Amino acid sequence: MNEKQETPLLFRKHRAEEWIGRIYTTFCVVLLIVIIVSIVYYVASKGVATFAINGVSLSQFLFGQTWQPDSNKFGALPFIFGSFVTSLLAAVIASPLSVCAALFMTEITPNWGKKVLQPVVELLAGIPSVVYGFIGLSVLVPFLRDVFPGQGIGVAAGSIVLSIMILPTITSIATDALSSLPRNLKEASYGLGATRWQTIAGVVIPTVLPSVLTGVVLGMARAFGEALAVQMVIGNAPHIPTSLFESASTLTSVITLNMSNTVMGSVQNNALWSMALILLLMTFVFVLIVRLLERRTRI
Amino acid sequence: MKFGKSAVLALTLAFSVSLAACGNNNNSSSGSNASDNASNASAASNTASTAPAETSLSGSVIASGSTALQPLVDQVAKKFSETNSGVSIQVQGGGSGTGLTQVSEGQVQIGNSDVFAEEKIEDAAKAAELKDHQVAVVAMAAVVNKEVGVTNLTKQQLVEIFTGKITNWKDLGGKDQGIVIINRPSSSGTRATFEKYALGQKTEDLKGSIQEDASGTVKKLVTETPGAIGYLAFSYIDDTVQSVQYEGVDPTTENVATGKYPVWAYEHMYTKGDPDAATQAFLDYMVSDEVQKGDVVELGYIPVSDMKIVRDIDGNITNK
Amino acid sequence: MSAKVKDRIATGVIIFFSVLIIAILVGMLGYIMVRGISHIDWHFLTSEPETIKAGGGIGPELFNSVYLLILTLIITIPLGIGAGIYMAEYAKEGRITASIRLVVEVLSSFPSIVVGLFGLLVLVNTFNFGFSVLSGALVLTIFNMPLMVRVTEQAFHNVPIEQKEAGLAMGLSHWKIITSILFPVALPAIITGTILAAGRIFGEAAALLFTAGLTTPKLDFTDWNPTSLHSPINPLRPAETLSVHIWKVNSEGLSPDAAQIAAGASAVLVIMVLLFNLLARWIGRLLYRKFTSIK
Repeated sequence: MNEKQETPLLFRKHRAEEWIGRIYTTFCVVLLIVIIVSIVYYVASKGVATFAINGVSLSQFLFGQTWQPDSNKFGALPFIFGSFVTSLLAAVIASPLSVCAALFMTEITPNWGKKVLQPVVELLAGIPSVVYGFIGLSVLVPFLRDVFPGQGIGVAAGSIVLSIMILPTITSIATDALSSLPRNLKEASYGLGATRWQTIAGVVIPTVLPSVLTGVVLGMARAFGEALAVQMVIGNAPHIPTSLFESASTLTSVITLNMSNTVMGSVQNNALWSMALILLLMTFVFVLIVRLLERRTRI
Repeated sequence: MKFGKSAVLALTLAFSVSLAACGNNNNSSSGSNASDNASNASAASNTASTAPAETSLSGSVIASGSTALQPLVDQVAKKFSETNSGVSIQVQGGGSGTGLTQVSEGQVQIGNSDVFAEEKIEDAAKAAELKDHQVAVVAMAAVVNKEVGVTNLTKQQLVEIFTGKITNWKDLGGKDQGIVIINRPSSSGTRATFEKYALGQKTEDLKGSIQEDASGTVKKLVTETPGAIGYLAFSYIDDTVQSVQYEGVDPTTENVATGKYPVWAYEHMYTKGDPDAATQAFLDYMVSDEVQKGDVVELGYIPVSDMKIVRDIDGNITNK
Repeated sequence: MSAKVKDRIATGVIIFFSVLIIAILVGMLGYIMVRGISHIDWHFLTSEPETIKAGGGIGPELFNSVYLLILTLIITIPLGIGAGIYMAEYAKEGRITASIRLVVEVLSSFPSIVVGLFGLLVLVNTFNFGFSVLSGALVLTIFNMPLMVRVTEQAFHNVPIEQKEAGLAMGLSHWKIITSILFPVALPAIITGTILAAGRIFGEAAALLFTAGLTTPKLDFTDWNPTSLHSPINPLRPAETLSVHIWKVNSEGLSPDAAQIAAGASAVLVIMVLLFNLLARWIGRLLYRKFTSIK
């Protein structure tokens, strides 16, 4: 369109408004992209320095089991292992609980369940992670110490705290999936004379499974990145644990413990950035898995 | 990466250009009449509460670093600004590593550290740029759970515990109870001091040992966990845990001052090169009798001025 | 076992787990409240923390949390809503939009500690903002913006298409339609979403350890000059928030009543988050009623 003399005034005003709107909103979106690019760039540049500048070998970092910064041994496998084990265990504990809660809200007592359980789940999501850590250390750890062998602190304590933290994530996604289920699907099943459990197990669960898995993966992603609550209860020994009740470390707990004690640019500091880079890359992996699952649901 | 380094930098800069305008003005403007201020300040501060006239000093000082030293610096800074209203002092935490990084990069005037800079900074030239100001001494003792039944440990016994050679208290004359080690992370200054002066050697992290950086958490765990051993700065030790004699020597302030008890370290405040007038005045105030006999003792440190001995980075001890 | 019995057992199991979840929450809240609430009084909420003496309060920390939250919202709301409007109204379905959506998704799932470290490296050190309210607020912006984008986009999508068509029929520009027709209708949902996100900001600690710092200078509440170090609103002073304070007191606390302070501060934090939740519901309902009654 050409800017011509006879363009009506109103039209020109529209164009100006339109431009302002477009430029402003585009700026906001570009900002998002700038942020993510700079995060990836800065974390990667620090994280790669361990290998490029300090000459730590990548395979030693990923598969080495000894973490002794003083004698230049930077094996991060125990931390990677710890992160995966705790988030997996957390998902294993939280998933059945979450699915039950979701079924309770949608299939068993929709009214009462929504009124009581829904706010409970939302409140659990709102409790800050330091408070989870605080309760974990003051209630859960002494309990585990008394009941099980070991010192209470360890993988089990970390996983349990994490599982409660990710419960709301899985529950809310499962609930959404269950309540968007077409009615006639269930009615057909009941019409065939199936009991409620048969309907749930035979029709409902298989249909919503991909969505539930999406929730589980998102929950795992959250558990993987959680730092303070885990650090307070897991014990932080740089070894692969042989028992659930033994002290272990996660990537996040090692970073929070050591980052402020080390000088930027030192090998040990760079190694911590490499772990942050792993956390970053895992985020991409988790998002990718979620995408794949969502694609399956759509079909 | 598709983006070149410069492209990313440009993007990030663009994002912050508006904010950079109000960026921290850290270049502390040194006082106008710098030469006479330093001595004035320390002289005045000895009679600080009664002489608020000293105001010729101006500038801004930022100290960051060690969380162990931070309460002391914080408290002294507040007192210092009362008599030197022209000087604003900001105390930030962040840990020894952060403090050393920031002072070395010139982002702050003072970097607080629990250890000698040479032990943290790998680049020797960078470490040499920093000037050490030792403002207090922190001593630590091994502590055990009260049920353990051991009140004295030799160096050899401690080494055997922390290297995993002895795993039960009964081998040390205590109860039949497994030993649980509550250690510090490998980067911790407290651990470095404990290993250097109590054990005399570096130790590896044992499987199943617990590592906590925070003294409060260590104390809580030693109190609650049967058979636990850890180590704490004197200021954290109370009757919920059992402090242990080292080679038969009680962990007391007097024994540290006379050199009988070896497990202690200086608290350092580093400046990059010579400090400016305002910073110098603050550091002088830090080692003045008023602070050393007052705040330093109150917060559980040992005054540098009380020490009868001097120890260098290699552990060589000379009498004062 | 007959199908009926199986059904009963399954129902029982589901109810049992649901009750268990409620019990966990009630137990946790109860624990926090019982231990903490006796410690909360006016003095505790307003006085300064003590390093070694008993009787310290959380006044500056509470102020910092609120101030940081407000500053974050001032930065986030215009940016988040802007980007959300772009996604809902301007973006054409295609590669670029899909990748922007991916960016939002990834950004919102970054671990808070990684974003905090990024803040330490870039804001605190490279840009030299130091440990400050500003660094903290900018880092929280990174968390909050994707949430705002999502909330805004959802809210705009839920506006009935007829309203937009009415605007087009009147010959209004697209931007005018957005600001004067769609935005007011989407507002209740945006406000509810913002308040819920605010609750999350309020409890964040890991990222703030590395950006807003662990200290607070002595605040002078009569000095409102934003460049003065002791001014509460100086954006370049370090600011320890309530959740960071809980972490610090719990881990390093020297004062004899450290445990009670941590418990009291936890209770205050949880109460604040509960208030945010209730406020979000209440305002959401209120605005919904208002808008529906206008129609």
